[in-house]
Amino acid sequence: MEYALQMKNICKYFSGVRANHNVNLDVKKGEVHALLGENGAGKSTLMNILYGLYTQTSGEIYFDGKLVNIDSPDKAIELGIGMVHQHFMLIPALTAIENVVLGMNDTKSPILDLDAAAKKFTELAKRYNMEIDPKAKVANMAVGQQQRLEILKALYRGANFFIFDEPTAVLTPQEVDELFIMFDQLTSEGKTIIFITHKLPEVMRACDRCTVLRLGEVTATVDVKDTTRQELATLMVGKPVDLSYDKAEIDPETQKVVLDVKGLKTVQKKEGMSLKGLDLQIKSGEIIGIAGVDGNGQNELVDCITGLMKADEGTVTINGEEITNAHPKKVLDAGVSHIPADRIARGIIMPMTLSENIYLMNTDDKSYKKGPFIDWRKIDKYAQDIISKYNVKTPSEQEYIQNLSGGNQQKVVLGRELERDPKLLIAMHPARGLDIGATYFVQSKIVEARDAGAAVLLVSTELEEIQALSDKIAVMYEGQVMGVVPADTPIHEISMMMAGIKYEDIDKEENK
Amino acid sequence: MPVQFKKFKWKEALSELAIPFLAIVIALILGAVIIEVCGLDAGLAYKALLKGSVMSKQAIGETIVKATPLIFTALAYALAKRCGMVNLGAEGQLYMGGLIGGLVALYVPMPSFLHIPACIIAGFIGGGLWGMLAAGLKIKFGASEMITTIMLNYVANNIVNYMVQSVILEPGGALPQTAKVWSTAMLPKIVQGTRINLGFVFAIIGIIFYYLFLWKTKPGYETRVVGLNAEAARYAGFNGNKRSLMAMFLAGGMAGVAGIVEIIGIQIRMYPNFSPGYGFDGIAAALLGKGTPIGLALGSFLFGVLRAGAHQMSISAKVPVAIIYIIQATVILFVIGSNYIDRIRKKMQIKRKAKEDN
Repeated sequence: MEYALQMKNICKYFSGVRANHNVNLDVKKGEVHALLGENGAGKSTLMNILYGLYTQTSGEIYFDGKLVNIDSPDKAIELGIGMVHQHFMLIPALTAIENVVLGMNDTKSPILDLDAAAKKFTELAKRYNMEIDPKAKVANMAVGQQQRLEILKALYRGANFFIFDEPTAVLTPQEVDELFIMFDQLTSEGKTIIFITHKLPEVMRACDRCTVLRLGEVTATVDVKDTTRQELATLMVGKPVDLSYDKAEIDPETQKVVLDVKGLKTVQKKEGMSLKGLDLQIKSGEIIGIAGVDGNGQNELVDCITGLMKADEGTVTINGEEITNAHPKKVLDAGVSHIPADRIARGIIMPMTLSENIYLMNTDDKSYKKGPFIDWRKIDKYAQDIISKYNVKTPSEQEYIQNLSGGNQQKVVLGRELERDPKLLIAMHPARGLDIGATYFVQSKIVEARDAGAAVLLVSTELEEIQALSDKIAVMYEGQVMGVVPADTPIHEISMMMAGIKYEDIDKEENK
Repeated sequence: MPVQFKKFKWKEALSELAIPFLAIVIALILGAVIIEVCGLDAGLAYKALLKGSVMSKQAIGETIVKATPLIFTALAYALAKRCGMVNLGAEGQLYMGGLIGGLVALYVPMPSFLHIPACIIAGFIGGGLWGMLAAGLKIKFGASEMITTIMLNYVANNIVNYMVQSVILEPGGALPQTAKVWSTAMLPKIVQGTRINLGFVFAIIGIIFYYLFLWKTKPGYETRVVGLNAEAARYAGFNGNKRSLMAMFLAGGMAGVAGIVEIIGIQIRMYPNFSPGYGFDGIAAALLGKGTPIGLALGSFLFGVLRAGAHQMSISAKVPVAIIYIIQATVILFVIGSNYIDRIRKKMQIKRKAKEDN
């Protein structure tokens, strides 16, 4: 069997964070090989190593059977590797042909012969049934066209091994079809393709084999014809383990609806998913876990509830008070605490101290003011309480939060949000990037909040986490809820919903 | 890492000052080399520089007089920067503050205890509104404040020149200047035998205000959050636009006070182009001091020393004033360069840590 590429025991660490760990990837000559995984699973890191943008911490790469050391993209291009990035590496102000020859150095002459290059380019384009005017400005080209230009650019440089980084994210369905036809043509000429994606249907449709990454490690490499979407989904999110929490019994009589989302719709933006009429109810003392592959509208749902994004239709009600498209402040005042998905981008201010970060959500509390001034001594005291109650490892509350580990930063956010005694707690990926100890701590605090009567909206791509914490699971797919099911629903049913099958339809299939 | 203190941390502040200090020493050595290459005596030149700036009571007075407007314009840059904006328009804000304050000083007679505060407030508002204009343009049209503040400098400068040469020209005067301001509006000298006036006290108050506002009040805290992480500010429900408008108003106001203090404290009347670039030197002083209250004051004094000493240098050592500009520019380049070194050092730390982890 001939392998175009073998990556062996690749490890990559970023300042102690594990991005890839003992990754083995074998790609056969002439196949379309999918690299499947959630955001942050380590797909892009692996491919950036292959393309010479990163250097692996350890491990070996064999290309065409030979051990290679790819220390720069130039080296990768020399080996015949072409990468089509998700965000195109084109210069909008230049023409197509100018972009193609940019950085190439194939003649000794100092004079650039654009006409000759354009001729060669047009011939190449014709061979692949593509029509691109070499003199057209990239800025005026449609997205699909720009992508074809990227492919041609790689072909022009003699690539026979292609890496496509989530190429379909920016394409219309029509353009996706054309791209897959292109895949066929390239492989029929013996060229090899690695296709990075987190969309299951595309793997089933366009790929020969598939390697699934999860949390930086390979969970499996499978033949696509021998697998199903459900199996891939399970491989992607991990198998459930028996990690359960002791939850207090809550009398259903005392439960009241806290969050009520009705018919929520948003318009399709350039990036992200639109909500297509979403309904969701959460009662007090209840954790609803939102399961689903990342990018199926979870961010949009949370941002609409918290007022960080405008909804176009539908209503959001908290404890009977309508807060649809209210100012974020009003939502916070209604008793909502929010642990954001991206703690560094949104949840904390890195160059500020712990005290200052904790003050962020308490600026309206009059008891923290002395006349016109902030009573920092009192806030420091409050911060110390949170530090001890939430086991934050830090020299003092005067430490800059950027000097803390991710787990301790998250504990600060958690403490700040939970100490506000929320009626509704929104927790997005609360344990992402944390070690086991911190994960357990964060999760048990969320359960405590639920026991104390908070309604909890838990968003996670880790099914394990969802199943361990939730009272009910709502599965999201393309901006809709596929079904709200009990937490002990079999994993294959949840996987099916994550792949876009409605819960009612699953029941029918089983009855047959 | 910039000093983001809440309580003043001496140790940290001192270590932060080490690099700018080194930058100054290197810049002075380079300046000496240039002076020698020009065939002049560097030792003599620097002696003259010190003589003109710190060696006598009068010299120290001159340094303080030169530093006073720089403190205000440095505050104008630093305040906007804390809110995440780059205010390159202190020069224009200074002109507008000088103009509006100057009108009060020229045409609205009142008793002294009212006249001075009225002029200062008018100057603050004039500069403040001019600064706020740039923030408004940014919010409304997404226009980069870096560009608009620079452009508004020209507009303000030319408005003042036009006014001084026509509308508020001294009646019957032959020169392009206004009449003298009312004596009730003139800032009293506060140290005998020097030109130090009440404006210096206002500058100190300005620094104290800067510190108290940003680190001790809620709007100031929100301003810093907007500047450091606008998305976190949105998440916490802060009104970012309001903060930007306010920060630019306060920043412009500071620069405006620089203008009016220069007019009622030193020049006593308005001339065309009455600022020798205080607005731009203030940016340098703020950068040198990394935007901390003490740092920007020290930066302003350093440039005050250079400016006050330059005069003496050109008289007794025949060293052209341009050399001082070269030294000033070299200091700035070295400080910016040292920030870069900081960053490289931090990157190397991360790499080392990654290696240890494996």
